[in-house]
Amino acid sequence: MGMTMTRKILAAHSPGGSAEEGGIIDARLDLVLGSDVTTPIALMEMRRYGLDSVFDPDRVVLVMDHFTPNKDIQAARNCARVREFAARHRIRHFYDVGCMGIEHALLPEAGLIAPGDLVIGADSHTCTYGALGAFSTGVGSTDMAYGVVTGKSWFRVPPAIRVELRGALRGHAGGKDVILALIGRIGVDGARYRALEFLGEGVVSLSMDDRFAVCNMAIEAGAKNGIFPVDAVTREYLENRLDREYPAVVGDPDAPYSSTVVVNLSELEPLAAAPPLPSNVRKAGEFAGLPIDQVVIGSCANGRLGDLRVAAGIIRGNKIAKGVRCLIIPATQRIYLDALREGLIEDFIAAGAAVSTPSCGPCNGGHLGVLADRERCVSTTNRNFVGRMGAIDSEIYLAGPAVAAASALAGTLAVPD
Amino acid sequence: MAGTVFKYGDSVDTDVILPARYLALYEPADLAAHCLEDLDADFSRRVRPGDILVAGENFGCGSSREHAPIAIKASGIACVVAASFARIFYRNAINIGLPILESPEAAEAVKSGDRLEVEVAKGEIRNLTDGAVYHTGGFPDFIGGIMAAGGLLASIAGKASGRD
Repeated sequence: MGMTMTRKILAAHSPGGSAEEGGIIDARLDLVLGSDVTTPIALMEMRRYGLDSVFDPDRVVLVMDHFTPNKDIQAARNCARVREFAARHRIRHFYDVGCMGIEHALLPEAGLIAPGDLVIGADSHTCTYGALGAFSTGVGSTDMAYGVVTGKSWFRVPPAIRVELRGALRGHAGGKDVILALIGRIGVDGARYRALEFLGEGVVSLSMDDRFAVCNMAIEAGAKNGIFPVDAVTREYLENRLDREYPAVVGDPDAPYSSTVVVNLSELEPLAAAPPLPSNVRKAGEFAGLPIDQVVIGSCANGRLGDLRVAAGIIRGNKIAKGVRCLIIPATQRIYLDALREGLIEDFIAAGAAVSTPSCGPCNGGHLGVLADRERCVSTTNRNFVGRMGAIDSEIYLAGPAVAAASALAGTLAVPD
Repeated sequence: MAGTVFKYGDSVDTDVILPARYLALYEPADLAAHCLEDLDADFSRRVRPGDILVAGENFGCGSSREHAPIAIKASGIACVVAASFARIFYRNAINIGLPILESPEAAEAVKSGDRLEVEVAKGEIRNLTDGAVYHTGGFPDFIGGIMAAGGLLASIAGKASGRD
């Protein structure tokens, strides 16, 4: 019996070199990630148990992205605590305001993720890096602390679901629509405790930014990880970023899957997920005309250059609708600068949108665009739970950048022509 | 020890367990004050030490924030019984020593306000209100070991001090 991509990576990082499905392994980690929200708890727990060591200062990445630039005194104190730890332990990859980005856009961009890597991060959207053929999964602060000290983490080797991508993306459909289509089909726990492996002839039509958006929301189906095979698109992305050799992780043709879900990309139209769950998915057109107060284009799901280009292509030369606040948040400093040089930032500002420095910002209701009672937002972020972006009865409709941009111009949820 | 049941539905996410607007906090007592605030505004006022939280499928889905299980534990909740748990919450609960049990039958039948007695090590849930008894599968040895040590970091803190 063959092995899935997920199982092969876990086996390669397991002490015995094997990983039986359903078994628990104590695996070696390539990278451990923490943010300004989750690292302070990890440090507090380490202190409590008298632990103050780092297994490898080059393999711990700390990114100040959630409540930065600091939203209040407590957030500033948390960052100060992490900054002190990073300096004392000579953490090479410490990213502070001015050189940072939203972690899940930043790490791949900075060349910190290679195919075949095993990565944990104290942030649930750490599953994003599966787009590069890595095994990558979100954990809590205690798991992070254990990883920082020992360079290890325990995993149950998951069964996998095969997501067969057929045809090719066309029109305004993008990576966000692929993953929303899947979550709409299998539900918010459809892949609970499982891996999602994206395979098939349609993979090649997805850009890296599309693949990041897909893997980013694997957690929204309850998955442990999402993963794409390594192909020419991956290799091109890594060419000037990665300075080390990497294995081409290929699943065996006879690898067992617990089930197969087919997504026909050619038939895919722009979608949207109504509150309060990412699985409440319909064609975006079915929500057309719904009045909105805010649009957010950004986040670890859809704040990359490709997303900003899609949005600018729709917004350029037009005006944001009166009464709508349109917030554009490039995910990293590099993306921000590239967008500036391409003229996208000017397009946004001329249209009446607000452009922010990189931050997780409003995605989890932290700052930079929190919603008031009964306000409605179309957002390219990844969660639309109750109260996620602000007041308990505010509403988030999740969509890709094309629908978000068209909605910002229309003042209602809208699909681009 | 018996406790009173607080029962909720499916897919109770970590954003309603501990809203992000409080994520800059990390002291357990501070987090407990806002536990489940967006789902049940009275929870933190009504909950008593030893009470039991019962919920449906996919409990703790969403964010990996450990603030969520810390808030529940610091509220005095003795055990969370759910039909199923989202995987990061499941890990976090084990890692910080918040007792959890997976029982679709109990999650279905138990009602808010029932008195429950739970023995986590035996995987036994007894409903003192209607007399029903539920048994759950035990934990794998590896996870049992973490729980017995008092959490994940306790398991290595012991090793570290025992050697060098």
